[in-house]
Amino acid sequence: MTTPTADKTKSGSDRSTASYLASHLRDYGMLLALIAIMAFFQIVTNGTLLKPVNITNLFLQNSYIIIMALGMLLVIVAGHIDLSVGSVVGFVGALAAVMIVEWHWSIYLAIPVCLSVGIAIGAAQGYWIAYWKIPSFIVTLAGMLVFRGASLWLLEGQSVGPFPREFQALSTGFLPDLLPFVKTIFDVERMNGLALVSGVAIAGVLVWLGLQGRARNRAYGISGEPFVFFIVRNALVAGAIVFVAYKLSTFRGLPNVLLTMGILTVIYAFLTESTVLGRRIYALGGNQKAAKLSGIKTEWLTFLTFVNMGMLAALAGLIFAARLNTATPKAGVAFELDVIAAVFIGGASMSGGVGKIVGAVVGAFIMGVMNNGMSIMGIGIDYQQVIKGLVLLAAVIFDVYNKNKQG
Amino acid sequence: MSLLLQMQNITKTFPGVKALDQVNLDVDEGEIHAVVGENGAGKSTLMKILSGVYPHGQYDGEIRYEGEVASFSGISDSESRGIIIIHQELALVPLLSIAENLFLGNEVSKRGVIDWPQTYQRTEELLRKVGLDEAPTTKVDKLGVGKQQLVEIAKALAKDVKLLILDEPTAALSEADSQALLDLLLELKSQGMTSILISHKLNEVERVADRITVIRDGSAVSTLNARNSETSEERIIRDMVGRDMANRYPERIRNIGAPLFEVKNWNVFHPEHAERQVIRDASFTVRKGEIVGIAGLMGSGRTELAMSLFGRSYGQNISGEALLNDKPVDLSTVGRAIDAGLAYVTEDRKGLGLVLEETIQRNITLANLEAVSSAGVLNEAEEQKVSEGYRQAMNIRTPSVFQKVVNLSGGNQQKVVLSKWLFAEPDVLILDEPTRGIDVGAKFEIYGIMNQLADEGRGVLMISSEMPELLGMCDRIYVMNEGALVGELSAAEASQERIMSFIVRS
Repeated sequence: MTTPTADKTKSGSDRSTASYLASHLRDYGMLLALIAIMAFFQIVTNGTLLKPVNITNLFLQNSYIIIMALGMLLVIVAGHIDLSVGSVVGFVGALAAVMIVEWHWSIYLAIPVCLSVGIAIGAAQGYWIAYWKIPSFIVTLAGMLVFRGASLWLLEGQSVGPFPREFQALSTGFLPDLLPFVKTIFDVERMNGLALVSGVAIAGVLVWLGLQGRARNRAYGISGEPFVFFIVRNALVAGAIVFVAYKLSTFRGLPNVLLTMGILTVIYAFLTESTVLGRRIYALGGNQKAAKLSGIKTEWLTFLTFVNMGMLAALAGLIFAARLNTATPKAGVAFELDVIAAVFIGGASMSGGVGKIVGAVVGAFIMGVMNNGMSIMGIGIDYQQVIKGLVLLAAVIFDVYNKNKQG
Repeated sequence: MSLLLQMQNITKTFPGVKALDQVNLDVDEGEIHAVVGENGAGKSTLMKILSGVYPHGQYDGEIRYEGEVASFSGISDSESRGIIIIHQELALVPLLSIAENLFLGNEVSKRGVIDWPQTYQRTEELLRKVGLDEAPTTKVDKLGVGKQQLVEIAKALAKDVKLLILDEPTAALSEADSQALLDLLLELKSQGMTSILISHKLNEVERVADRITVIRDGSAVSTLNARNSETSEERIIRDMVGRDMANRYPERIRNIGAPLFEVKNWNVFHPEHAERQVIRDASFTVRKGEIVGIAGLMGSGRTELAMSLFGRSYGQNISGEALLNDKPVDLSTVGRAIDAGLAYVTEDRKGLGLVLEETIQRNITLANLEAVSSAGVLNEAEEQKVSEGYRQAMNIRTPSVFQKVVNLSGGNQQKVVLSKWLFAEPDVLILDEPTRGIDVGAKFEIYGIMNQLADEGRGVLMISSEMPELLGMCDRIYVMNEGALVGELSAAEASQERIMSFIVRS
């Protein structure tokens, strides 16, 4: 039989390590870029970057960006964009301040109300985008202006604070050391047992899951990642997790936000990779018409991604307000840009259908480490912006170049 | 009369397909030369070569124009020599005025500044020439399709056209507009213009053409003198379709049962222009184990009929009744249509059928993810087993189901789409141009799959522009034209001539 165009597929046998690397360059490239950037700043800051206090800071500073990047990834995979999240952060922070500081509401009432408001904002914007087919760029640009204005109005132009301690704990609190005996084993004075043990446990679980996956692939006769790559990658990731956990354990232990962030990352990674809902969002972004003709309720799904984004933006708003311990009308300005940049650096495609949760999180860390490292070095905000912009451009050029090369 | 254009031994090969094989076309100065043939016969390819869309070097053969050998490097090159093509899809900018459209890319200007008075003056002259009574400042989207077609011709005249090529100019026009257009062509001819008219409508061709060249399967089979009394419609139709029918279709033992899917008085209106009726009173039946064909030309409404049935994916104000196993069935959303047991395999594989950047596996399971998941969580091992099963059963030529479908050939992509819909376990499959753009071997395999589906007692509705394929595969054929089912033929009585005469005479 003659085929008009030769299939550009390689047979399993001649799939060499090199061709595997070529087709997965992006995944490894991200990880390598993060490591390279960290190594660079570790050297130029004379070791300040990876000091326990700074690692803790890195998590606290970037938690809200990462949390929003999870939602933004879904929005971008679905083929849309949300420019309003920075303003929603400001608005929800302001709302929390008014309810908690001025009206003396309990935080256990105020927090659910704030999250519901976030959901309502997402629903309001998603409605126009999904059912009226108004471009998300325009709807959320309007939202950006509306909620920036609304937070100014709520706060009457003033800063409102401080928050009670229990609310601050959302961001700056730490988990109590549930395993105090660990420090006696190592015979040191300051050592948070929970942090160290959970770090080792998580690293172990990741490696175990990886091995399981390999075994399953082998059982189905699929040639996956070459074993050398698997070992190097897992050693790097597990090593990094244990290292970070150790560093954290010598400071104040696990920050609350790290737990929130970690759990949400796992949930969203699962949602995108292993559920019907996640699969449909990728199909929607990849080819909306084909998805619709496959019986997928594309409008409803689009609506949901914005509702979800609204909720996560509200959560980020609460965490950010708790971290600053005050609500200001300027809170969250330009956050949307950091979030969107993180998702694109993480490999998502502007045209939708492509992107991974882990990529978005790594992308957010790349941005975060650069912010942090350049600040430690005392580089002015002017140069910082220029450099971040160029890194975003370089990441996307790298993507496009790769894609063209693969044809 | 002297020869204006001579195309000699034109051969054009696409990967795996010979689109044109040694075609000759001679056009005399001042004549209207019609080129007729089935969809896919190679008319458009020939015109694309003439207008430089496929530049010199991408085809074999020679073009002689105005007495010398011409090797056009692109459209602008052929246009500068006065060859202008007007495509079936109009190429006007709807929000610009008539004057702006007429001189688009060819503006009347001095040092980049447009000379509006002269632009309007010349526009008025051109509009008078084509008999269009509109102000030069009228926006094009305010005009009907017929008037837009006249603007296209005026635009060609603005470029000092010597040879005007019209590709199905009346396909979207009403009867009156078509007549006006044909009159204009005759008027231009009397002023010495040469034109090539590509058309399916034989009555129009006979009215205006001096000579007719029939193209079939990439070869020019005949050039007839339209003024000769021996040139009858029957003769043209025979030349258009008369190819030998080799045994290209797998045998099947017919076992046709009770009516499975019935549609009665189905009416559909255009999604944007609510007053335009796209489907008129269509009624048809598909029985268990039966392969039913819908013949018709492109634009006759076949796809629109299928898509309006499948979850109202096309059109508005849809009315009519659909019965499955003698019971009324709700097809109002795609989800409901799938649940009811319908599947629609689109003609637009890449645009509507596949998520190209996703893997084979993810495409196959997309329409029935429930079957490979529990409580919303995917069972990827099961998913892989299912898709691997289809890869083998359908003979999708690829080492694994983890290949992105964008990298597959057309035939393999089509098998992925078919797998996807088979996995949704439909009772009735609507296949829209299932073999378009795929090679002969894959076609045969897809015919085999269709036969197997019918053997399993399912109903298959096959839309195709390739008449031999319909005749080879179908138990019954409906003929569609301008939104209505204008004829029905059993396998025994169907022939290409009969189908074609339903189309050209309705």
